[in-house]
Amino acid sequence: MQSIISVSGLTKTYASGFQALKRVDLEIRKGEIFALLGPNGAGKTTLISIICGIVNASDGTVTVAGHDIRRDYRTTRAMIGLVPQELTTDAFESVWNTVSFSRGLFGKPADPRHIEDVLRSLSLWDKKNNRIMTLSGGMKRRVLIAKALSHEPQILFLDEPTAGVDVELRQAMWEVVRKLRESGVTIILTTHYIEEAEQMADRIGVINRGELILVEDKVELMCKLGRKQLTLQLHDPLDAIPARLAEYGLTLASGGAELVYSYDTQGERTGITTLLSELRDAGIRLKDLNTTQTSLEDIFVSLVREPA
Amino acid sequence: MNLHAICAIYRFEMARTGRTLFQSVVSPVISTCLYFVVFGAAIGSRITDIDGVTYGAFIVPGLIMLSLLTQSISNASFGIYFPKFTGTIYELLSAPVSYLEIVIGYVGAAATKSIVLSLIILATAGLFVPIEIAHPAWMVLFLVLTTVTFSLFGFIIGILADGFEQLQIVPLLVITPLAFLGGTFYSIAMLPPVWQTVTLFNPLVYLISGFRWSFYENADVGVGVSLAMAALFLTLCVAIVWWIFRSGYRLKA
Ligand SMILES: Nc1ncnc2c1ncn2[C@@H]1O[C@H](COP(=O)(O)OP(=O)(O)O)[C@@H](O)[C@H]1O
Ligand SMILES: [Mg+2]
Repeated sequence: MQSIISVSGLTKTYASGFQALKRVDLEIRKGEIFALLGPNGAGKTTLISIICGIVNASDGTVTVAGHDIRRDYRTTRAMIGLVPQELTTDAFESVWNTVSFSRGLFGKPADPRHIEDVLRSLSLWDKKNNRIMTLSGGMKRRVLIAKALSHEPQILFLDEPTAGVDVELRQAMWEVVRKLRESGVTIILTTHYIEEAEQMADRIGVINRGELILVEDKVELMCKLGRKQLTLQLHDPLDAIPARLAEYGLTLASGGAELVYSYDTQGERTGITTLLSELRDAGIRLKDLNTTQTSLEDIFVSLVREPA
Repeated sequence: MNLHAICAIYRFEMARTGRTLFQSVVSPVISTCLYFVVFGAAIGSRITDIDGVTYGAFIVPGLIMLSLLTQSISNASFGIYFPKFTGTIYELLSAPVSYLEIVIGYVGAAATKSIVLSLIILATAGLFVPIEIAHPAWMVLFLVLTTVTFSLFGFIIGILADGFEQLQIVPLLVITPLAFLGGTFYSIAMLPPVWQTVTLFNPLVYLISGFRWSFYENADVGVGVSLAMAALFLTLCVAIVWWIFRSGYRLKA
């Protein structure tokens, strides 16, 4: 897979002395949706800001489509659209003017048709002459997205696009993102909502305290997560697992009062039915049972947990 | 050169001016009229001509300069400070524009506005006193040089400022006093010799004197010296802006 953004050894130490990024290496593939997952203060915005040219890196390099972001900043920045985390807009401008301004700023000749398409796709068309300050928060978010799309970027950064956004807008936004991706746009979004990463992304990166601790295909990650545990609470505690049940790989827990069975939800068959009938044949009586799943959330939490 | 970006910034800034047309034009025009009524008509009628020019006419170039200097600074400083304040500067920093293009856009718009304003003031002054311009080309040259220089200066202030009050400090506490003391309302020759020497350290003397020379051919310092000083100030401001952008000072973390 061809990579479109290549980050290597990226380090950022702010003037305060705080190290926000620690030698981050990351390849973003052309055409993918990449979700950067991490708690507040992890360094997500810093990473994006460096790639977009808003913050200077302390060390390391970034290339976009093979161009160095410093030396060839015109080429790399023209390819990128950024929707910032904060709702920063020109309060007194009209929607139409602010979006047209962005297109010009990014070096593209005026194209009212394209601006119209963008505004329509974000349900902003009937607000095109409104001043931005008269819009609701969700509408302002749409304006920021429209600005980022005004110059037809090949790469789109969405920094926590759904923070404080209602369900309707979230759905509309994902619709736009899917369409963009179909047209070949590479999308990098940051979020701390795990479901969002699960739902949208092709690949997921987890960042914590300036370090990228995991980058994985979502499908593979889901496979790892696809394992479930069936816990059987027994009427009478067992000393050992009966030999005839050996093939299930069971473990005893709670001093023999529980049997734990791990199985793959994605597999052909889970083996639960046969296990239960074998247990009955072996005369083992059950008090209760429950299943648990390791979620992305559990992994995430265990990854980013403060060291004790 | 990203011409689309320069145009976008320029138009954006001019639109902002358009929205605040009233404050932008009306208040400087009114204050200039007040100066004419007080100094030109009321007091000026009792002051003898200076080098063959009536007092009312004498103060016109200085008054235009006074507006030009303060307006250039406030326009340009506000223009760049506002996006810094609201955070919309992220877009400017992430856009494929060079620093030169940003400066041309912002400073060009601020300078345009100041020049239009000074022409309006000139026309207003024409209603009070007869005005003749001996060297129109020089007049325009001084006008443009001064406006661009002080718009750049304002741009620098806008980048360095931490709050809106700071934008007002320089025009109010530095430029206005220096313009008053720099020969807006009198010829340097009217001062005692010691003060004449002290006054030569006031940079605005050279700009006001040169500008007045282009009207009436009388000047406190040689017009060549005025021109050289104007060019020096311009170079100085360009150098500072260049350094700010090169280092990313106060713009990028
Ligand atoms: N301009 C700055 N100066 C000093 N520290 C900063 C600055 N910007 C961000 N930080 C710090 O860097 C860390 C990472 O911030 P950020 O990249 O915004 O995190 P995230 O977007 O993942 O929430 C935070 O601890 C934040 O306080
Ligand atoms: Mg952030």
